[in-house]
Amino acid sequence: MEASAIDKVQLEGEGHEFLVFRLGAEEYGIDILSVQEIRGYEGVTRIANAPSFIKGVTNLRGVIVPIVDLRLKFALGNADYTAQTVVIVLNIGHRVVGVVVDGVSDVLALTGEQIKPAPEFGSTLSTHYLMGLGSLDDRMLILVDIEKLMTSEEMALIDKAA
Amino acid sequence: MSIDITEFYQTFFEEAEELLSDMEQQLLQIDPSDPDSEQLNAIFRAAHSIKGGAGTFGFTVLQETTHLFENLLDKARHHELTLDPTIIDIFLETKDMLSDQLNAYRQQTEPDSATYERICNTLKALAEEKGQGAGVADTAAPVSAASPAKGGAMVIRIAGVAADNATSLAEELALFGTVLDQQHANDVLTVQLETATGEDDIRAVLCFVVDDDQITFESAASAPSESAAATLTESAVVAPAAEEVEQEAPEKDDATPPPAVDAAAVPAEPAKAAAPAAKKAASAAASSENASLRVSIEKIDQIINLVGELVITQSMLEQGTADFDPVTHGSLLSGMNQLQRNARDLQEAVMSIRMMPMDVVFNRFPRLVRDLAGKLGKQVELETVGKSTELDKGLIERIVDPLTHLVRNSLDHGIETPDRRLAAGKPAAGRLTLSASHQGGNILIEISDDGAGLNRDRILNKARESGLAVSDAMSDDDVWQLIFAPGFSTAEQVTDLSGRGVGMDVVKRNIAQMGGHVDILSRPGQGTTTRIVLPLTLAILDGMSVRVGEEVYILPLGAIKESMQVSPEDISTVTGSDRVLHVRGEYLPLVELYRVFDIPDAQQDVTKGIVMIVQSEGRSFALQVDQLIGQHQVVVKNLETNYRRVPGISAATILGDGSVALILDIPALSRAPQDREGSHAGHHRSAAALH
Repeated sequence: MEASAIDKVQLEGEGHEFLVFRLGAEEYGIDILSVQEIRGYEGVTRIANAPSFIKGVTNLRGVIVPIVDLRLKFALGNADYTAQTVVIVLNIGHRVVGVVVDGVSDVLALTGEQIKPAPEFGSTLSTHYLMGLGSLDDRMLILVDIEKLMTSEEMALIDKAA
Repeated sequence: MSIDITEFYQTFFEEAEELLSDMEQQLLQIDPSDPDSEQLNAIFRAAHSIKGGAGTFGFTVLQETTHLFENLLDKARHHELTLDPTIIDIFLETKDMLSDQLNAYRQQTEPDSATYERICNTLKALAEEKGQGAGVADTAAPVSAASPAKGGAMVIRIAGVAADNATSLAEELALFGTVLDQQHANDVLTVQLETATGEDDIRAVLCFVVDDDQITFESAASAPSESAAATLTESAVVAPAAEEVEQEAPEKDDATPPPAVDAAAVPAEPAKAAAPAAKKAASAAASSENASLRVSIEKIDQIINLVGELVITQSMLEQGTADFDPVTHGSLLSGMNQLQRNARDLQEAVMSIRMMPMDVVFNRFPRLVRDLAGKLGKQVELETVGKSTELDKGLIERIVDPLTHLVRNSLDHGIETPDRRLAAGKPAAGRLTLSASHQGGNILIEISDDGAGLNRDRILNKARESGLAVSDAMSDDDVWQLIFAPGFSTAEQVTDLSGRGVGMDVVKRNIAQMGGHVDILSRPGQGTTTRIVLPLTLAILDGMSVRVGEEVYILPLGAIKESMQVSPEDISTVTGSDRVLHVRGEYLPLVELYRVFDIPDAQQDVTKGIVMIVQSEGRSFALQVDQLIGQHQVVVKNLETNYRRVPGISAATILGDGSVALILDIPALSRAPQDREGSHAGHHRSAAALH
């Protein structure tokens, strides 16, 4: 599957853009097209008995949106909430979800050859959800297939039946 | 045709659909042995109006089918065709075919020609067979000969016609006969028309283009009498349906000449025959038509959403002004009160737009029951109670399928065959009752039959075969719930009606999605009652907000019986952990919300908090919270749009301060004492997995 994700990027050629955000010391990239907006962290309503990385739900202009803290999910960075805490609001398959990250740095365009297949590793972020690793000068971006990740059972955002 | 007629398609489809549904109602009510002429007239008028519209829009197949149908109906009306149950069946089948054709046109495709031919042949055969016997041909001819006297010249005035439409309308009218004179002034089109077509026919055709009350007819006193004879010949060619009739006529001729004659005579004849009855109906319709308005559902939903936002803003303002000094801000505060009242009234009024009577749903069943009972060789009397009970349109649409399934089940598995019933000492005809009633903020829909009831042993055996965990000690209620398990069927024989086990689980799931639940009451030999409880509307909820720890939850007001403070001696424990509350001689299970939802910093001492007595699914229990905050109307927002279903939570809402509050799912909480351990374990497991 990772290979096909890369193919997709390669087929689309130059100018495939990624929103780059930080989690702890690491830099991640997600497809810019799945990003709806970026906003500050506002009070959420806790949902009982949900996994701890699901912070709860918030009111986004009359729409109830769940907020996921990726720092908690991947056990990266300090999960504190300040005025600088950033929420990336994603629109994935008609669903809206907010993810808390340490900060958004920039939007980068990567070409096919700048994206390397991800090595097999680790358990916290399965390679299943990776599109690859992007290299740009001396920076390494972890390119996440955010749609696959957010709709996965592991994230517990969607009913299994749905 | 130069008017852009396509914009009237939708109106035609909607009206034709209503007419067909009326037609079905009438057909089902009619007594073949002694048909009520009013009913026959109503059916005839419906067919006739559809034919007129279909002709205008060029839906040839629909027009021809209705035309044949209309001929038969007309004969029935004139006692030239004796009705019997077979004919009613054919009529019903024709009605279905018409619906199919209508749908085909709606999807901009041509209707299936094979079924069309078949139904046409059936109708033709029926016309021939019955027509010959009664010698109709002879009677029909004089009628048509008489009609020109009624025709002649008339003046038609159509109000509110713009200049560019006037010409095309006049052209349209010219299809009915000869236009003697035509004027257009002050948006009124006046056409003097020489025609054999009756007023009501013209009205029926025009009603898809202009409103009924825009048209007025006058007979032209100066009409030249010699034109009458000429009109007779003309009418056969000009009347919208006549062309088709002529095409059909030759093929009929070689079989039997008489039907061909009466078919040709019909276009002129119904005009006369329908006139007295239709006039009465037209005057009744005119007054009711003005009183209603067709609006698309999106517009209404938009208004409902806006009103919802308004109510949120209003409560936000109310919270903002709550601490103001009434002395210095008297007028502001009284204004706030008024705003609250108005907002609430507005919301109620807007919500009522979406409400529709259950009648709409129940009306489908007489036909279904009749057909199914016929197929199964059973006798069933259907009774419907509470037709005028209103329910949100969205729910009405979604309740139809589950109800249909339950009715099928009752007929197939519940009600026994007549001989079995007689053997059991019951009347041969089974009784199926559909009822709807309001119960607090809910609607209660019951489907009950006096059939064999559910077979406990068979369900248990089947459940064991399917590998479900069951025991003989299970309560009846729990056993009945088993039939909602996926793939469960106890039918000895799988029929084409039901018994494949794909269904009850879907029924339950659909109803759960609507925020309702299903219960079954059943007694062997006495019958089964399936009870569906649904919220009246999905959009608005009267709620009580409560605080637990730092969190706010909303309880549906309808579920709350009372709230109280308790003293330590009212609380007892059962098996050490579960607690019960003693209220006026009753022991109610105590559900501590802070434990169910694992809420930090909550008041754990029940005597220092508040206990709400709530009721759901006939069970009462006590719910412990920290504090009552107040009563609000809240706009229900689906949590599952962007998230998933949360146990114990039915939906979410937005409070006056813009924050989100969760609405408690009382039925789920009533089962919480058993589930609590499970959910806790689950929570700890998921928490552990993270470390």
